[in-house]
Amino acid sequence: MAIFTRGFGGRRDPDAVALPPGQHLTEGFPVLSAGPTQYVEPEDWSFTLTTETDEKQTWSWDDLMNLPSEDVEVDIHCVTRWSKLKSRWRGVPVDAFFEDSESEADYVMAHSYGGYTTNLPLEDLLDGKAWVVHEYDDGPIPAEHGGPVRLLVPHLYFWKSAKWLSGFTMMTGDEPGFWEGFGYHNYGDPWREERYAGD
Amino acid sequence: MTEAPARTRGKVGGPRPRWFPARLVGLRSETATARTLTFQVPGWPGHLAGQHVDVRLTAADGYSAQRAYSISAPADGEQVSITVQEVGDGEVSPYLEEGMELGDQLEVRGPIGGWFVWSPSSEAPVEQPVLLIGGGSGVVPLMAMVRERARSGSRAPFRLVYSVRSPEQVLYAAELAELSSTDGLVVDLLHTRTAPPDAARPVGRITPEDLATPPGWPASPPPRAYVCGPTAFVELAIPLLLDLGYTNKTIRAERFGPSGG
Repeated sequence: MAIFTRGFGGRRDPDAVALPPGQHLTEGFPVLSAGPTQYVEPEDWSFTLTTETDEKQTWSWDDLMNLPSEDVEVDIHCVTRWSKLKSRWRGVPVDAFFEDSESEADYVMAHSYGGYTTNLPLEDLLDGKAWVVHEYDDGPIPAEHGGPVRLLVPHLYFWKSAKWLSGFTMMTGDEPGFWEGFGYHNYGDPWREERYAGD
Repeated sequence: MTEAPARTRGKVGGPRPRWFPARLVGLRSETATARTLTFQVPGWPGHLAGQHVDVRLTAADGYSAQRAYSISAPADGEQVSITVQEVGDGEVSPYLEEGMELGDQLEVRGPIGGWFVWSPSSEAPVEQPVLLIGGGSGVVPLMAMVRERARSGSRAPFRLVYSVRSPEQVLYAAELAELSSTDGLVVDLLHTRTAPPDAARPVGRITPEDLATPPGWPASPPPRAYVCGPTAFVELAIPLLLDLGYTNKTIRAERFGPSGG
């Protein structure tokens, strides 16, 4: 049985672009973080890939700059219901970090400075679907938006795009990250509206 | 609940939050531009102070819009209250703030969020002191915590630092005054543009002095801070807390951006 809201008309835009269900556009760039913004200087930043056998490979800021970057223009969708179209980033495809990896694990826990975590299937990070980004809108990424370096996984809700990225830990089995442990969906596809556990 | 975001496993799953039909049964004007809406939600499972709900409005032709709102009061049977501040040209907030009438219906889904929450820990020998820092309508989920403390009879030291543009903008003013005179709640209003004539503090944004630990608070356990408000306010307040010795583990934050409703 549908529940209608008397007197509510909404503001339909006939030219509106298609958004994932339940989303609306924002012109701004809201912030969703659970704790303090982390301030990490590029020279202090590093990214460590830890395999399931505890082998580690680390990239510094200079190492990151020496990897081939590309410009990316993508729509992003936050689980708190805002979507932002054509956000512009520059970064390194995640594939580059796995070129020399011996890992056979299928799942990744992304880690952030400050302790945030989020889990993803490896296949969602490869084949040009995700980037380790270091520029937003032609400049450094502001700290409140995850700079100096964040993960960008635009095909999933934006909490999967970990801010202040510090590393990946490979996992042979899937485990929940921070928000996934608080009732948010384990995978988070906005087009299937996978907001909360069980969706 | 674990405190550290690091390596949190948390509680996985839990019941999937459902959509519930909700009927407007209470309206209270809070300021000239904000009002509290109380809904009767048959089957509502209850919630923790600080959680929010998703709200879905559906027009007669099937068009619908969804937004998230913080719950302003602790669990009370099947009632769920939100406080809505009009944000100008939004699509949903103006309807909730002005158009909706008693008896009208919408749908709510929740409760949502398990991190920005407070519950009394009455069994603890010394309850953890709590510093609540709200900017503008960011006070709404903090008010749910204040009310939960009063409702539960918790003696946890509680201080609310509430930054607001002018006295006319203060939400829950009478209730906060009452609780601060009878229930040991410390309330400090920070006026950023216009202060009442008898205000001791000059107008202006939040400063380190505004957040200094009250003398009566126990040395241990360390206080926990909850910060809620517009992004710029939260980004201003958190570095002050870090300077005062709060950490990633003792600060919980909720930001809302310029998207409004």
